[in-house]
Amino acid sequence: MKTRWQRLSSQVERLAGSVFIMPAVLIVLLLSIFPLIISLYLSLSRLRFVKGGFEIKFVGLANYGKLLFGSQKRHFLGVIGDLSPAAWLVLAVVMVLIALALWRYVRSRRFSAGGLIYRSVTVVVLSLGVWYVLRTLSPGGRPGTLVVTLIYVFVGITVQYVLGLGLALLTTQRLPARRFFRVVFLLPMMITPVGVAYMFRMLTDTDKGPFNPIWQALGLANFSWVNNPWGARAAVLIGDTWQWTPLMFIVLLAALESQPVECREAGLVDGASRWQLFWNITLPQLLPVSATIILIRMIEAFKIMDLPNVLTSGGPGTATESLTLHSFFAWRTFDLGGSAAIAYMLLFVVIVIGISYVNLVHRQVTEG
Amino acid sequence: MIKNLLRRKSVFIPSPVTMLLSYLVLGAWAFVVLFPIYWLVVTSFKLPIQVNEGPFYLPGVDYQPSLHAWRYIFVDLWRDTVRPYFNTVVVALTSSALALLFGTVAAYGLVRFKYRPRLGAILMFIGCMALAIVTIVKLGVPWQIALIATLILFFLALKTIGRRFKRSLGNNDIAFWLISQRMLPPVAVVLPIYILFQRMHLLDTKTALIMTYLAINLPIVVWLMRDYFQSIPIELEECAVIDGASPYRVFRSIVLPLSTPGLVATFLLLLVFTWNEYLLALFLSSAKAQTMPLLVAAQNATRGPQWWYMSVLVLIMIIPVIGMAIALERFIARGLLVGAVKG
Repeated sequence: MKTRWQRLSSQVERLAGSVFIMPAVLIVLLLSIFPLIISLYLSLSRLRFVKGGFEIKFVGLANYGKLLFGSQKRHFLGVIGDLSPAAWLVLAVVMVLIALALWRYVRSRRFSAGGLIYRSVTVVVLSLGVWYVLRTLSPGGRPGTLVVTLIYVFVGITVQYVLGLGLALLTTQRLPARRFFRVVFLLPMMITPVGVAYMFRMLTDTDKGPFNPIWQALGLANFSWVNNPWGARAAVLIGDTWQWTPLMFIVLLAALESQPVECREAGLVDGASRWQLFWNITLPQLLPVSATIILIRMIEAFKIMDLPNVLTSGGPGTATESLTLHSFFAWRTFDLGGSAAIAYMLLFVVIVIGISYVNLVHRQVTEG
Repeated sequence: MIKNLLRRKSVFIPSPVTMLLSYLVLGAWAFVVLFPIYWLVVTSFKLPIQVNEGPFYLPGVDYQPSLHAWRYIFVDLWRDTVRPYFNTVVVALTSSALALLFGTVAAYGLVRFKYRPRLGAILMFIGCMALAIVTIVKLGVPWQIALIATLILFFLALKTIGRRFKRSLGNNDIAFWLISQRMLPPVAVVLPIYILFQRMHLLDTKTALIMTYLAINLPIVVWLMRDYFQSIPIELEECAVIDGASPYRVFRSIVLPLSTPGLVATFLLLLVFTWNEYLLALFLSSAKAQTMPLLVAAQNATRGPQWWYMSVLVLIMIIPVIGMAIALERFIARGLLVGAVKG
């Protein structure tokens, strides 16, 4: 029996493996390598209009230099201010949490020197990032498009995950009419993002929108909350959450539905409370799917563009401008090189965060 | 007692109090979801003047509903509405089905087989592609010839110097590479993709859109399905192999039926992504292959957004997707794994 199993599995390794994966790899390869190389080249060059057409001139790293040190620095990186006491507090809390996580790793069984170096580098980069974000958000500072995008991504994903998980758990109960709720909750995802953006422009209108009586009662009827930087960002985040909570919801729901019931039954027979059941049985089984959907959502969230573009055109000032929108505006003014450079900076940030996330969170969660 | 529990199927049998609380929360969120959509419906029956003069909530009560927007979209612009609609249906269904097919197969491969692509071979491939692009762009060689020449060159190099590079990657690296293809924002890739399809004379065709969406959605399928496959007990597949089933048979007869909930959820997701995609469609299609999101955005004319037409278009766009969601919802609900590994 054993030799047969081995023979079969070796045959499987040789033949079926390639058949299974090759089509996908080839398709992605053929359609992605070319754009990737071309836009890398574009990011290193400048488009110039000459008589009867245009020419693309190679300028080296000038486009990146402009973003990090030159004329676009205030736009891209923002202005840093002095840390307020509240910001100091947040910084201290984050530092303590990071230190605790590192300490736990040192004491754990997975500890290795390479892992420690890798984690130390991540920790330093992470704390510098937090310090920088806090300084641009402090009085006197102004967040650039990079920080605004990070706010969209992290605040948005946290809210959406919690909401999605809660709703998925509620609709797996045996409630009458739960199918109705399940279908209704999927609706926002099905509207085209451009449509959602215009819809929220109608809804956030304090004068002609449906919430006009509420604004009037609050004495805010003539004051457009979308003109306030944080009000505008909140509007974008509300729209984003409205649209993308269903994504978390449907994936978590499918994962919950395909979980084996035996474990929960065993727990119930042994007299566990519902909270214990959730915390010790349901949630650990959900972690792999959660880690994946958060990664996918994170990658998509970094590309947010339609909502801020339609709602506020990135305004007031550049308060709601995301990196993709920044890149799009550059593109629209025929600054193709600058646009591609922003896109590559975004790619760099997403890859760094993505790799850290996959190595530190995703891999541990999926491999136990 | 256990028998009783099993007969009731779900362990969560809510008490009246939890039930009431659940309904309150679910109802609140349902309101949050439905109100903006209700506002779209109401707006689609308004005259421009009724939109501009402040909020009106109930058709027939505080304003007189009018069918002018629906008439405009369905009668005056009938042909301009049907063509994008048809395009969207064809593009979304075809590309989602293809992405699901290739992506699922690849995800299964990544879960159950070990791949060791050699780093040297990959670098050589990228080098060859860069060479091909340079010859096409700088020397004006036709792309078909350049592509075939590059592939021949690559295989020659692989067979000769390729064997010297021993360093290889693993499954996780392949998976991360796949998902990283989605990280570059579309703004950065639209221009190269535009040039690519222009060279292939495929601009403004449904084929171009289907191919692009297939490539950008494949990674999502692979990642989602990988997790579902990992949650299937391997014992089932081992039993089938011992009974003499080929890997393909195992995949088709055991793995696929068991992962129906995941397949359905993923398909819905793909459908939604392709159905609503805006930016790439904006560049790859102009008249013949125009899709619905473009039509919605086009209602933001020089006179300002035409809210009434926009509402009608968005509404007729959601209806088929809702139909799909209702039709497919029961597959998600069916927990096929229950009791699969007993005895």
